[in-house]
Amino acid sequence: MEKNITPINQLSWKDRLKSYKKHPGSFILLLLVGASAVITVTVLVYLVGYILIHGVPYLRPSLFSLTYNSDNVSMMPAIINTITMVLLALLFSVPFGIGAAIYLVEYAKKGNKLVELVRITAETLTGIPSIIYGLFGMLFFVTALHWGYSMLAGAATLAIMVLPVIMRTTEEALLCVPDMYREGSFGLGAGKLRTIFKIVLPTAIPGILSGIILAIGRIVGETAALIYTAGTVAEAAGVMDSGRTLAIHMYSLSREGLHTNEAYATAVVLLIVVLLINGLSSLIARKLEAATK
Amino acid sequence: MSEKFKISNLDLYYGDFHALKDINMSIHANEITAFIGPSGCGKSTFLKSLNRMNDLVEGCKITGNVLLDGEDIYKGMDVNLLRKRVGMVFQKPNPFPMSIYDNIAYGPRTHGIRSKAKLDEIVEKSLRDAAIWDEVKDRLKKSALGMSGGQQQRLCIARALAVEPEVILMDEPTSALDPISTSKIEDLVIELKKQYTIVMVTHNMQQAVRVSDKTVFFLLGEVIEAGETEKLFSIPQDKRTEDYITGRFG
Repeated sequence: MEKNITPINQLSWKDRLKSYKKHPGSFILLLLVGASAVITVTVLVYLVGYILIHGVPYLRPSLFSLTYNSDNVSMMPAIINTITMVLLALLFSVPFGIGAAIYLVEYAKKGNKLVELVRITAETLTGIPSIIYGLFGMLFFVTALHWGYSMLAGAATLAIMVLPVIMRTTEEALLCVPDMYREGSFGLGAGKLRTIFKIVLPTAIPGILSGIILAIGRIVGETAALIYTAGTVAEAAGVMDSGRTLAIHMYSLSREGLHTNEAYATAVVLLIVVLLINGLSSLIARKLEAATK
Repeated sequence: MSEKFKISNLDLYYGDFHALKDINMSIHANEITAFIGPSGCGKSTFLKSLNRMNDLVEGCKITGNVLLDGEDIYKGMDVNLLRKRVGMVFQKPNPFPMSIYDNIAYGPRTHGIRSKAKLDEIVEKSLRDAAIWDEVKDRLKKSALGMSGGQQQRLCIARALAVEPEVILMDEPTSALDPISTSKIEDLVIELKKQYTIVMVTHNMQQAVRVSDKTVFFLLGEVIEAGETEKLFSIPQDKRTEDYITGRFG
């Protein structure tokens, strides 16, 4: 039955071709946007495929030994360091980022000069190349504060780097909370603090989380800002020790040129880690959203 | 009837704009007072100055006296306690994005009630008083955002009742609702005046006639006429009131 139907609200292929004959410009546009979509996907698929093909065959159990030596070139210490680095950097950046955003949205007067200044500064900071953060981290945390090459210096540097990301996304998330929720809360006699913590922040959590995810992505993938602050020691590091994250591990392996295959294997793991983080956090965000809806 | 609110010489400015001009009014307990008037006449603004919601608006300056039971609400009264005594229902239903139960319990929790048994009791009583208990009693833990607009608005009324206010301000509470929900809320409001003082802004003159005891007609930031609803609508004293209620403008 379906086959015989000719719906009057949809063009058949023939009609469509006919209309393109009349409007060749729109046909060209169709080709262009179609090609863009195909190229974008192809590049991504090729890149991921390339890494998988070159990396997966070299994923050996010895790559995940607890300690690193120049034979097994284990990435386990680097994985542990990556986790430490993410936690440390978030520990510094999340409270400040969210706090600053709460100030800008909930406390600062509209049209306040300071708000504009903070906003412009944050936007500028997001655009600075990460090597410059690295240089600053080296001069300030490593040298001036005598922290040496350490996870702490690296985390502090990364915290400064992702701070504007977290602040801006949190700010957007807070601005998206409808004013009628705030009015409703004030109207019941709730104070500002209670309104922010019980109504505004819970409503904004999915947006805030997406900012944190973005930040985690940048921390996990960062190399330039870490080389001169956290160093490249391939051991699981304490807070005040030098240690390399996965991205730096990969960078070192490929730079040394002796373990290119292992570098690809590391890239596979890095890719999986990033995908896991994204999947996990969007799962959390959906759970939280479902809980409030 | 005792006097609940006494407002004298109230002027309100938004920046340079003189939005309310020398308002003098008494609002009596256990009555429904309706504010009518065309858009932008200041009726909502005036309503919001009764529980200091205008404090949130930047550049809003108020002079004059607003007495609640003889106490000036703008002089040394705790704003949060004032808003507990003078609750508010907004134009658009604005339940919080949380469960029905938590919506109602939010107010009492704000004012320090922690006991589960006590909260259960308040939630049930408020929902019963707002005539919505039977519709929601089986899904108290479900999100309030899943309800219909009319149910949401009655939930918001229940939420306002839960903090045991003395006065309830309603800012066009039915303007976003269908006729059936509207009539449910009107019945509810009439029922509520036994226990509460109600002040209601409405665009709908028939609504003012149906529910209110007193009506105040605002125009361009001034009170043109105020009095018994029946009298104001049958023998208006002012030409402008007559023109407005007969639909010649507005």
